[in-house]
Amino acid sequence: MKDNKIEFTVNGENKIYDGDPLRRLLDVLREDYEMPGAKEGCGEGECGACSILLDGKLVNSCVVAMGTIQGKEVMTIEGLKENERGKCIVEAFADAGAVQCGFCTPGMVMASEALLRQNPKPDEQAIRKGISGNLCRCTGYDQIVDAVKMASERGDGLW
Amino acid sequence: MSHSISTTVRRKDAVAKASGVTEYLSDQFLHSPLHAKCYYSSIARGQIISRILPDLPEDYFIIGADDIPGKNNLHMIIEDWPVFADKDVRYLGQIVYLVIGPDKAKVLELHSQIKIEYKEDTPCYTLEDSMTLVGGAQHEDDNVYTRYDIHHGNIEVPFEKAHRILEKEYYTGYQEHVYMEPQSMFAYWEDDSFVLHASAQCPFYIRKSLVGALGMEPEKIRIIQSTTGGAFGGKEHFPDVLAGPLAVAVYKIRKPIKLVLDRKEDLAYSIKRHPSSVNIRTAVDKKGKILAHDIDLRLDGGAFSSCSAVVLARAVFTISNVYNFPNVKVCGRAYCTNKVPSDAFRGFGAPQAVFAIESHMNYLAYELAVNPLEFRQPYLLKQGSPTITDGVVHEKVMLPEMTKRALEMSGYKEKFEEYKNVPGKGIGFSYFLHGCGFTGNGERDLIKARIYLKKDESDQVFIYASNVEMGQGLSTTFCKVAAKSLDIPLEQVDYVGPDTSIVPDSGPTVASRSISVVGFLVQKAAERLKEEWVSGEAQSITQDYSPPEGMVEWDQDALKGDAYPAYSWGVNIVEVEVDPLTCEVDTKGIWGVYEVGVPIDRQIVEGQIIGGMVQALGYSHLEKLECVDGRFKQATMADYMIPTSMDFPSTQSDIVDNPFEYGAFGAKGAGEMVFDGAAPAFGAAVSQAVDAIIDEVPVLPETLMELTDEGQ
Ligand code: FES
Ligand code: FES
Repeated sequence: MKDNKIEFTVNGENKIYDGDPLRRLLDVLREDYEMPGAKEGCGEGECGACSILLDGKLVNSCVVAMGTIQGKEVMTIEGLKENERGKCIVEAFADAGAVQCGFCTPGMVMASEALLRQNPKPDEQAIRKGISGNLCRCTGYDQIVDAVKMASERGDGLW
Repeated sequence: MSHSISTTVRRKDAVAKASGVTEYLSDQFLHSPLHAKCYYSSIARGQIISRILPDLPEDYFIIGADDIPGKNNLHMIIEDWPVFADKDVRYLGQIVYLVIGPDKAKVLELHSQIKIEYKEDTPCYTLEDSMTLVGGAQHEDDNVYTRYDIHHGNIEVPFEKAHRILEKEYYTGYQEHVYMEPQSMFAYWEDDSFVLHASAQCPFYIRKSLVGALGMEPEKIRIIQSTTGGAFGGKEHFPDVLAGPLAVAVYKIRKPIKLVLDRKEDLAYSIKRHPSSVNIRTAVDKKGKILAHDIDLRLDGGAFSSCSAVVLARAVFTISNVYNFPNVKVCGRAYCTNKVPSDAFRGFGAPQAVFAIESHMNYLAYELAVNPLEFRQPYLLKQGSPTITDGVVHEKVMLPEMTKRALEMSGYKEKFEEYKNVPGKGIGFSYFLHGCGFTGNGERDLIKARIYLKKDESDQVFIYASNVEMGQGLSTTFCKVAAKSLDIPLEQVDYVGPDTSIVPDSGPTVASRSISVVGFLVQKAAERLKEEWVSGEAQSITQDYSPPEGMVEWDQDALKGDAYPAYSWGVNIVEVEVDPLTCEVDTKGIWGVYEVGVPIDRQIVEGQIIGGMVQALGYSHLEKLECVDGRFKQATMADYMIPTSMDFPSTQSDIVDNPFEYGAFGAKGAGEMVFDGAAPAFGAAVSQAVDAIIDEVPVLPETLMELTDEGQ
């Protein structure tokens, strides 16, 4: 049998995975590494609740097969919440009232980080576009938009 | 003057949720020894004539009707919904078996080997089918789950002497909740009790529904609410439907089992908002004054009655909306069909009723060639006005102030005039109200809410109630109410998550009653604790519900009296542009003014307003859910589209204070009412834009194309 070990990092930590390459990254993060911050809302790449950053890009981990992440960098909410930028976004979400049931929120926070990395000073339209892959059924989005704006202002220089 | 309690605080759950630390059910039980998968019926109506089950390896089980220790039914309002389908099935998606085992893949394999042979009967899919008893009656001899008839005034004479009679029928479609966290539960056996953790709104409902099925005392059935990732009514009764089979399985296997629906199953088989059809005949005199309405209101209840009776009650009692119409007859019926049961959904019958009557007011204004806003004014309810159930509006009605504010914010009047001459543009207005708390005698006779307030030796105060935090902010608002009454910091008060073994039954988390009814108990308990406060000592207070004084007593047989002790009120304005080629509707502006008594937290109430309006605007034109041959055509979240951040502009809203004597710090319900008015305002805006009457939601481009073609 050929060696199909997959090496990658999660929140900066090296990982070696040698299970089924077809398994979803979401399941491996949750079940094998016990990092349940990424949620399963739809399991088909539609809702964004399972958002993570893969080499800095926002992706839905429910549609990423383990076989495709050799050598890549994964960042999850567990990692993001520990750094200054993550803290800034989380605080802004809390202050703006952008959290209701909270199920979409870790994914929204990841989407906000991805957006701010690309565009540290987004206007309303850019924010709406940036989070449009992440569905929230509770908030109607206005307060999420406010949160991203707030994070961008407060975290001036972080991105 | 806004009340100091309304000043925004940071939600207690916000940071933990945003940083991904909060555990939802499937995070809390990441590794389950056993997994369960429902096996659903594949036909809509028929008899089960044979079943072939695969041979089961050790530790794998297929649990069905034969395994039920007690009775094969779930006690909801009535007991018509079986735990497992046994001899016959009534909808495509009814649970026949639960397949259980340690390995998910193996469970799925066994699941695929189950073969059931049915003798199909002719299904009944529409209200018309149900009324004409297609395939034979299924519920009693007329397919009617519940009938509510209202006679307010007398309509016979006005219809005889009417100058004109105007009639139109209004339709609303299905809506799917799409709470972001799918239905989830985890259950096990402990000592001699059944324990269930569930993402649910009403832990005591689940307990009640299981008593008969398990043949166990309620005290031996313990339900613990897990952090709930959205619900909107979708986790009111539906968790009972999953808990039944799971409880039977745990009873038999005595091992922990996790049951989490995947999104496809959740979309296909979970309950939906009731589709409705409302026919309104109106008698008007020479001057265009409304003399009487004759209303026929029908709800499609689906295969089992669940809470259709209660949804129907709210629809019927809300049909005259904010108006004082002298003579109204309403014939309200909820029908049985062979589709997924309809059930609770934010607004609970009111959105269907408000859509019908508000659209009808626009239609009347159009036919009578008068301004729709001015046309409404003479009928607006005032303090002391009679209600449709011959109760009384007890509170001061702030509609004139609210109207003024909404007009200022939106520029409605100018735009309405301007868009008369601009094809493709429109602006629409709606009024609405929402009765606070349970309908009729529910609070007094059925629920009898009770809460506890406990203080430990370190003077930390804990609130014990059965109402759940499901995103609406309850764990914060309850604590604010207690902290403010006790005059202590917010950090000194905690909300204890519902667990039927430790909290009293303060009723379900429904009907916006949490703040207006239970919040008031929290306040009263806190005021008493303050009087008795002894620092450093454990103390506890029990507070029971008592009905507000001065009400017109409710008579459930005659359907007369105060259906609700108070109402929340709203005005919505929506502006749209319709693309002349594609007929896609683009929403340009959303305004809302609300009277919710006193908002316990401005930001939280604003969050409810924005979220509710966007969800309702989704209902108005994006969320198409069609049931064809008993199966929903929209099978995934790619097909059933809920609003994204790009679909709507930001919402402009305002809140008017009007304290309610029997609500916590004057608060009335907010969470449901915010859904009620957007669909008719949207419909009115589209009507103006395409110059045709909109009598149906969702408003689809294909319908608009037909309408505008006809108009040409
Ligand atoms: S769970 Fe991955 S996008 Fe919805
Ligand atoms: S906060 Fe509930 S889905 Fe976004």
